[in-house]
Amino acid sequence: MNKVRALIVDDSSVMRKIVERSIRQAGIDLSEVREAANGAEGLGALQESAVDLILCDINMPVMDGLEFLRQLQSIENAKGVPVVMITTEGSESHVVQALSIGARGYIRKPFTPEQVKEHVVPLLEGKK
Amino acid sequence: MKMANDVTKSNEIPQSWLPLLDLAAREVFDIMLGCKLESPSEVVPPTTEFTAMVGLAGELCGLLTLRCSSQSAALIASKMLGVSVSQADEQMWDAIGEIANMIAGNFKNKLTGMGERCVLSVPTVITGSDYSFRSMSNTGPLEVTLLFEGSPVSVAVEVHS
Repeated sequence: MNKVRALIVDDSSVMRKIVERSIRQAGIDLSEVREAANGAEGLGALQESAVDLILCDINMPVMDGLEFLRQLQSIENAKGVPVVMITTEGSESHVVQALSIGARGYIRKPFTPEQVKEHVVPLLEGKK
Repeated sequence: MKMANDVTKSNEIPQSWLPLLDLAAREVFDIMLGCKLESPSEVVPPTTEFTAMVGLAGELCGLLTLRCSSQSAALIASKMLGVSVSQADEQMWDAIGEIANMIAGNFKNKLTGMGERCVLSVPTVITGSDYSFRSMSNTGPLEVTLLFEGSPVSVAVEVHS
């Protein structure tokens, strides 16, 4: 697997660090990690430059993860980039909604590094 | 089976929810911090210096609170981030808010049907102990106190039925 540029969108800086650590523990070689505290910041980061993977929370102030997903479709740098939601909102309706508007994976908090590996690695290897 | 409308029928939080709250807290500490919460031999409330609050809205309206000492909050941040307590000092608020958020989500997902019909607010964290708390709940709190690295932490849910 090539080096991966990741964007982590979560209003908690602690969670952003934990997600980054979990990605590294999953054996993914990160060349760059960009962080955003809400969906609007995430869109701004993507307009500046492209990434290979996006991990995004749902419950965030300013712009939540579902609105971020909707608006992501108009960003050229985000085309084809897998988005995995990492959130406490674990209901089926949230999962279905997120998947229907472009998310490729869904991980419920609390999560283990193994779960991150299970959901993210196949996406980066093009197996999912 | 634990149903959300158990509250609205009786105007009391069912005591059968207590083990679910207990389990929700234990799972979050175990998975995110690698720590087993212990049951105290006697319930001694924590020195409340940090209070994290997460609102519940929808079919289940109310508030989940997590209370602990500043020492415990620092240790929680330290273990979450895998850094020393001194390095985690500025992350205490964020860490304890996220733990409360995950406990709230884990708890509501254990209530049949509640994952679909209840949403969470972003967490709020207050520090200090000289405050009065009124949640507008009409059910009284459901509270569990557990030991985190030997120090008590309390998790409570109050519901407005």
